[in-house]
Amino acid sequence: MNTPRTLGQKLWDSHVVRSKPGEPDLLYVDLHLVHEVTSPQAFEGLRLAGRSVRRPDLTVATMDHNVPTRGGARAADELSRKQMETLAENCRREGIPLHQIGSRRQGIVHVIGPELGLTQPGMLIVCGDSHTSTHGAFGALAFGIGTSEVELVLATQCLPQSHARDLAVTVEGDLPLGVTAKDVVLGLIGRTGISFGQGHLVEYRGSTVRGLTMEGRMTVCNMSIEWGAKAGMVAPDDTTFTYLERRPHAPRGPGWNAALDYWRTLVTDADAVFDHEIQLDATQLEPHVTWGTNPGQVAPVTGRVPEPRSDTDARALRYMDLRPGTALADIAIDRVFIGSCTNARLEDLRAAALVIAGKHVHPKVRAMVVPGSTTVKRAAEDEGLDAVFKAAGFEWRNAGCSMCLGMNPDILAPGERCASTSNRNFEGRQGAGGRTHLMSPPMAAAAAVTGHLVDVRELI
Amino acid sequence: MQPVKHVQGRMAPLDRADVDTDQIIPKQFLKRIERTGYGPFLFYDWRQADDFVLNRPEHQGASVLVTGENFGCGSSREHAPWAIRDAGFRAIIAPSFADIFRANCFKTGLLSVTLPDSQVRHLIDLASEDAAAEVTVDLEAQQVRGDGFSYRFEIDAFARECLLGGLDEIGLVERHQPAIAAYESRRAAWLPTVR
Repeated sequence: MNTPRTLGQKLWDSHVVRSKPGEPDLLYVDLHLVHEVTSPQAFEGLRLAGRSVRRPDLTVATMDHNVPTRGGARAADELSRKQMETLAENCRREGIPLHQIGSRRQGIVHVIGPELGLTQPGMLIVCGDSHTSTHGAFGALAFGIGTSEVELVLATQCLPQSHARDLAVTVEGDLPLGVTAKDVVLGLIGRTGISFGQGHLVEYRGSTVRGLTMEGRMTVCNMSIEWGAKAGMVAPDDTTFTYLERRPHAPRGPGWNAALDYWRTLVTDADAVFDHEIQLDATQLEPHVTWGTNPGQVAPVTGRVPEPRSDTDARALRYMDLRPGTALADIAIDRVFIGSCTNARLEDLRAAALVIAGKHVHPKVRAMVVPGSTTVKRAAEDEGLDAVFKAAGFEWRNAGCSMCLGMNPDILAPGERCASTSNRNFEGRQGAGGRTHLMSPPMAAAAAVTGHLVDVRELI
Repeated sequence: MQPVKHVQGRMAPLDRADVDTDQIIPKQFLKRIERTGYGPFLFYDWRQADDFVLNRPEHQGASVLVTGENFGCGSSREHAPWAIRDAGFRAIIAPSFADIFRANCFKTGLLSVTLPDSQVRHLIDLASEDAAAEVTVDLEAQQVRGDGFSYRFEIDAFARECLLGGLDEIGLVERHQPAIAAYESRRAAWLPTVR
């Protein structure tokens, strides 16, 4: 009988090109996603060494980090424009398909992969971006890499990797009203801290995870990196297959059936052993907001700013200009950002729109929605969500990473406080001196309406 | 890559945990398409404060950065180790590193060494009290040595070999061309391609 294996081990084993004791395994990459910021030096390295891209047919590029979200397809500054032109030139030379700014399917790299059906169960997916863990929601092994590794994958389609450990996060129970996938992952990080996942392939399981839509699973897997995990994944099931069927790059005909047979084997065997296991009770979760400068500095919105327990906490409170004991719901905000690879899919926009419908953005707040992709934007407009947001006083923008990391003109001014659906509240992340509170789309929408952090359950 | 065998020099103590790559090199400096020129922007926002440790005259010219746990968390930007190297550092010592940052360090030839909390604490205190104190980070012997102490560190054997030999990893992988081609011939026909 075969040794029982975890999902992570199965995904790993099926990609081993070569294995030798004392050396990392050489793994094969099924899909390499590329964007403008972490690739130019990799392409240059290839060129200088006289190498070319081994599998342009397994490589897809998009422009997302730098792109402006209004005012047409021209970057706001010379350097951004040059970076995007460099990507276009590199893709042209190497024959890599590019979803460039202004094109029909452009969007955030981790939003377009799944919506095009390129992200499928069982695949190994890499990208020069730490939120590549998003794709694990489909039962794929997906992780972020650096630029030197981007060059290595472009040249060889392979990546040497040392073995990772297995960690199970089991979430059980029904999510209470107003509590979302974002609250599951924020609640988890609040418990584990931001480095617990280091060196681990994390499998999210349990009835709560099974009950999440693909969008919700992507939100959870997306933030795996925020607690240090190498990768996050969910075993594929009918929710996954229904999402994938008839997507542009999904298998068709006999291929679909063959794929389905294989995908159904991608589950952790009953007797497989994890190196660590964590349990989470979903029924006890509340909507969460961060109060500090890392995603682990987080609390239920019904709580208060805590007493600092470390130098890191004390620094964070100073940066955030918050005093221990302040009710989180008393914190006034200046800006709202609904966007990012964590929470800018159609379902996220629907959930936010539901909260603001018939209401108006607080007069002291400037709020914006940045859809995760041009496809999401179009779909939202087809069902009239743009009208709901605009009527409420939100700015309705074009797709991109935008204020999640502020490489384009969408940034906070020093001292501005933002309710954000993104993934990182690091110092200066959304603009030097800016202060970020992470939360779910409905929570951000509720903050936009009231002008302060607020428990969305009071509005629904 | 140039071989890396040992690093000898003074230390700069950055006594903070969970330093993320957004702090190491903020986003506005990621627009360059070159691998070099990031040194002046290392810890750009923190450097605006005059008393920031890396601004202090006694730590100028330090080549070993000693810092807290989970160093390099967050964004995968390899610009972070590039900036640290550009600013003159050749080794970083911490209780732990974020996975992607650590991988990026190896590719960049920047030595990242993990030591237990108590030993890192000793080094931070030593550097804070005596900025002229020198250490040697010896990759061959797997030791961090200074006046009156010697700490052994563990490191991935393959990464160590690559660093010591200055090996071109792409070249190493390309040697396995037959195995790669054989794997490709076994891949399922329904897997997506984009052309």
